[in-house]
Amino acid sequence: MAIELKMPALSPTMEEGTLAKWLVKEGDSVSAGDVLAEIETDKATMEFESIDEGTVGKILVPEGSENVKVGTVIAVLNGEGEEAAPSAEAAAPAAAEPEAKTETSAASAPERPKSAERAADPEVPAGTNMHKLSVREALRDAMAEEMSRDDRVFVIGEEVAEYQGAYKVTQGLLEEFGPKRVIDTPITEYGFAGIGTGAAMGGLRPIVEFMTFNFAMQAIDHIINSAAKTNYMSGGQMRCPVVFRGPNGAASRVGAQHSQNYGPWYASVPGLIVIAPYDASDAKGLLKAAIRSDDPVVFLENELVYGNSFDVAQLDDHVLPIGKARIMREGADVTIVSYSIGVKFALEAAEKLAEEGIDAEVIDLRTLRPLDTQTVLESLAKTNRLVVAEEGWPACSIASEVIAVCMEQGFDLLDAPVMRVCNEDVPLPYAANLEKLALIDAARIVSAARKVCYKD
Amino acid sequence: MRISAPKAESKNASASASADDGFELRSLQDAFDKDRRYKASEEELLGFYQTMLLIRRFEERAGQLYGLGLIGGFCHLYIGQEAVAVGLQSALEEGKDSVITGYRDHGHMLAYGIDPRLIMAELTGREAGISRGKGGSMHMFSTEHAFYGGHGIVGAQVSLGGGLAFAHKYREDGGLCMAYFGDGAANQGQVYETMNMASLWNLPIIFVVENNQYAMGTSVKRSSAETEFYRRGTAFRIPGMEVNGMDVLEVHQAARIAIDHVRGGNGPVLMELNTYRYRGHSMSDPAKYRTREEVQGVREKSDPIEMAKAELLAMGVDEDKLKDIEKAIRATVTEAAEFAEKSPEPEVGELYTDVLVGKY
Repeated sequence: MAIELKMPALSPTMEEGTLAKWLVKEGDSVSAGDVLAEIETDKATMEFESIDEGTVGKILVPEGSENVKVGTVIAVLNGEGEEAAPSAEAAAPAAAEPEAKTETSAASAPERPKSAERAADPEVPAGTNMHKLSVREALRDAMAEEMSRDDRVFVIGEEVAEYQGAYKVTQGLLEEFGPKRVIDTPITEYGFAGIGTGAAMGGLRPIVEFMTFNFAMQAIDHIINSAAKTNYMSGGQMRCPVVFRGPNGAASRVGAQHSQNYGPWYASVPGLIVIAPYDASDAKGLLKAAIRSDDPVVFLENELVYGNSFDVAQLDDHVLPIGKARIMREGADVTIVSYSIGVKFALEAAEKLAEEGIDAEVIDLRTLRPLDTQTVLESLAKTNRLVVAEEGWPACSIASEVIAVCMEQGFDLLDAPVMRVCNEDVPLPYAANLEKLALIDAARIVSAARKVCYKD
Repeated sequence: MRISAPKAESKNASASASADDGFELRSLQDAFDKDRRYKASEEELLGFYQTMLLIRRFEERAGQLYGLGLIGGFCHLYIGQEAVAVGLQSALEEGKDSVITGYRDHGHMLAYGIDPRLIMAELTGREAGISRGKGGSMHMFSTEHAFYGGHGIVGAQVSLGGGLAFAHKYREDGGLCMAYFGDGAANQGQVYETMNMASLWNLPIIFVVENNQYAMGTSVKRSSAETEFYRRGTAFRIPGMEVNGMDVLEVHQAARIAIDHVRGGNGPVLMELNTYRYRGHSMSDPAKYRTREEVQGVREKSDPIEMAKAELLAMGVDEDKLKDIEKAIRATVTEAAEFAEKSPEPEVGELYTDVLVGKY
């Protein structure tokens, strides 16, 4: 059987090349791996090897030929025992048409399927007992409950076991669940994030604690390249149900390297769920949901609210829906959208605005990816004015994203441009006065709300 | 955590680092050196030969399809390294022991018995591909065969492999993880982070350095202060083994020793497999960093498939039988290539599937 040797594509981008030199002549017998020719691409000269054994039949493209299109038949190789006679149809070089190539220019992306029915927070039955719980305790309880429920769940990170957690979030877990399921690591974020991700691929449900998300930058390759993308790259075969959690955002006087909000970073990545709760009830209900999720979750806490206490319903199983924002305060005049510690400032701002006769609605996004744009737009339809408050830098932020959504999907609803209130666009300074200047506060949110209400 | 009084460290206290609790870098190597080659039955060696040949012919065809524009992007061929995956994985319990590797992954999948048609169809980006056309050459997985990829970031598979080993131990399922990486990845920091934890926690993992002498275009000598990679676990008290990766029987023998050690609950092993890739780093590599003679020299003197073939003939296997095997493999590969060419591309709606598992 004669084998047509075609001008090979020798790089991902090669479309044509120069047939620089033939190293065999007609009638030569060759075996697999022998170099037949040298081909020049725009980047390099490459050797073209024989894949089969046989005798070189007709050489159809002479050496020195330039601009030979990929796929052109350049020679014919005759198999064992065949005469070195080229077939008539192979006599003339012809550019092959690779059947597989599809016209990408003409193809347009299909309609993206709409997301499922939106889940609402479950009703808390009347008469349910409420108790005060700090965010720290709520997170701890969420982990303990899920560890009791599912023996695949374990906690791994720096100082999570014997030290009881750098911020005491894992307090008591070692005692309750033992060293098999509460595991202290060396200071080695890249490594243990990889081990956590691999364990999730291997069927477990790891909770990977970062002492702070600032240190997760050492591990971000596993969060994004390993955890977020593998389900897609495997055509849905490889699950990665891991939770990466820890404090995020500015703490207090710890300087630039320990003070950063990574919400926008992770929220830009398809394949991740990103949750950033504010109060204890959401912290508990959403962490439980995160642990049960079959997807990789980045769960962003805030050190400054760990000690704050809130009412939490005493339920056997307090689980909240991922991807659903929460209206923290209803109002009619202006919407303030925020998340994490920003909600605290937004609620303070709403109080002050109420004193001035401005009725503000406060929305806690709670989940940053997928973003609950519907709740934001419904509120905008009511108030027609919107401010985004974010403890984080302004550029390429969650605020930017919310503003884009309002422009694209709520333009006709807007009575004023949407404003964002973010941290100053500087690394966070150490000096107390400068730090205070750099971070958002209620006063700045009040000022922005007045502006969009034209009451400034 | 074990808290003990500080050790009175003295260089004179022991003649070697091993004296305190028996760690010896070469403890497994010494056992291996006593008898380096596995005594395969004719049937076993035929099996190894067949799988190696399948990988060789499959990869040659993949290179050909790349040249025809049917395979795009990066495509890293395993030609020359066949004895490594075949010798090692034939000693594992398929489905129980997990395997993970980098981007040069076709051979490891074929060695684990994964259908060549599904691999080839993934290379051509088709719906029938093992990752439904969404992964490509570097990102293939088979949870059914406990093959966990197929990872494109150099060294990432080592930490992930640590996690798979962690899961084996956690579930007490008796399995171990074989985590492959190259001499290039051997210089990544996370490899050592993982070795530290794997040894600290006694994880069932075999670290396999496939030393094919070049990290893309950089030779081992130009990239590595310690070129004897099997020694690289010493700082973590991981015994090392140095193996001729061009001899499938030597590889298999070494694998059995390493696996016994790990299954015995003794923690990780680091194996260095010295091997050679005949082709460029990827399809677009002109390989100007080495001479043609160097490559030809290895091919002629140390080819793993030729070695196995010669051994089979010496055992008295009929040459016709080998020809029949070769013919059958060619047919398998041709069928895989035809399947991969003819299968349709993914439906456009697949663009949006498999991003998340849950509905939110």
